[in-house]
This record gives sequence, C-alpha cells and structure tokens, in this order.
Amino acid sequence: MNYELMVIFTPVLSEEDYKAAQKKFADIVKENGGEVTHENPWGLRSLAYPIQKKTTGLYLVLEYNAPSDLNEKLKVQLNRDENVLRHMITALDKYAVQYNNRKRNGVNADSKTAEA
Amino acid sequence: MAVKQEIKYLTAVKTEKRAKKYCRFKKLGIRYVDYKDGEFLKKFLNEQGKMLPRRISGNSLKFQRKVAQAIKKARQMALLPYVTDLLK
Repeated sequence: MNYELMVIFTPVLSEEDYKAAQKKFADIVKENGGEVTHENPWGLRSLAYPIQKKTTGLYLVLEYNAPSDLNEKLKVQLNRDENVLRHMITALDKYAVQYNNRKRNGVNADSKTAEA
Repeated sequence: MAVKQEIKYLTAVKTEKRAKKYCRFKKLGIRYVDYKDGEFLKKFLNEQGKMLPRRISGNSLKFQRKVAQAIKKARQMALLPYVTDLLK
C-alpha cells in the first residue's frame, strides 16, 4: 500500500535537528520493510491556527510504500517524539499516486495545476 | 370595458438567465483532491472558513465528499483554519 505521512515539527529545531528528524522517520520506514518513494521537506510555514502556542511549524511530507503494520510502529515513534506537534498518515489510492507523480515531475498540463 | 391583454404580475419577471452550475472535477478530469493544496481548497470555503454546500459549489456528490475529507485533513494539519474572519 502507498501511504503519505505529514508531520509538523516544532519551529525551535535547528537545521541539523530538522534534518536528523527527517532521517529518523525515513529510517523507521526503511527498517520495517517499507520503501520511501519521495521525501519533501516543506520547511518553515506559518500555521493556520496556533498549536501548542506556536504559530509556525516545520513541515515534512514523506511518501512511502509499506506493509500496513508499519503504520502502527511509526505512530508509536511519532507520539513518543516530543518535537512532533502533529502528524497524519494518509492512505493513497491510485489516483493520488498518479497526481503526486505528476506534481513532482512538474507537468503543467496537469488539469489540477491549471485549475489552481 | 377593461382590456384583457394587460397582464400584471405581483413580482418582476426574471429575465436574466443564470449560468448553469457544473462540477469542476468532472469537467476538468481531476480525480484526486489534494489536502495539501490549501489555496485550491479555499474555493470551497466561505469567508468564515466554512464549507460551501453543493447547492453553491456545484460539485457532484462524489467529489463533494472528497472535498469535505480533504478540507478536514487540511484543517487538522493547520493548512486551513477551523474558524476565522476574512479568509478571502
């Protein structure tokens, strides 16, 4: 199955800590029989509303292909990490995978980007 | 005797014809609603950040449901606000 993980880290992380955190979760996916298809650190973004009294957050979007039991292990690690403000795992259907691929490869003929 | 030709209405007759609403997803062949694209999802919100009904947005039922899920995910991840003033 294809999944997508989105994490918001605290904005107080330094550049190295942010990189380390990215690597940490990518490694968890790899160690448990998953395969990271794409990693996209969005970096610092302002939040639409404050979370834990913070108005900004460091975003990370991780796409991976993994057996479904990996998600539980990943969630444990995410909940345990106190740098994580919030996280969400989304299952991707075939259209979502197509869409993400097209977006990555920067095809502007994509109807979605033309519309948006 | 009164002339019968003069027909009178209580309210003004509507002369303008409104453009037919359509589902933009069906028309443009969009098959996945991305929760990460906050700007796109804003098209389906009003100024308070509430979702527009199908009656207004013109979405088909299938895609209205997908839009709803995407908006809820975006709100969870602080890409869209739950409540606000002057969103647009």
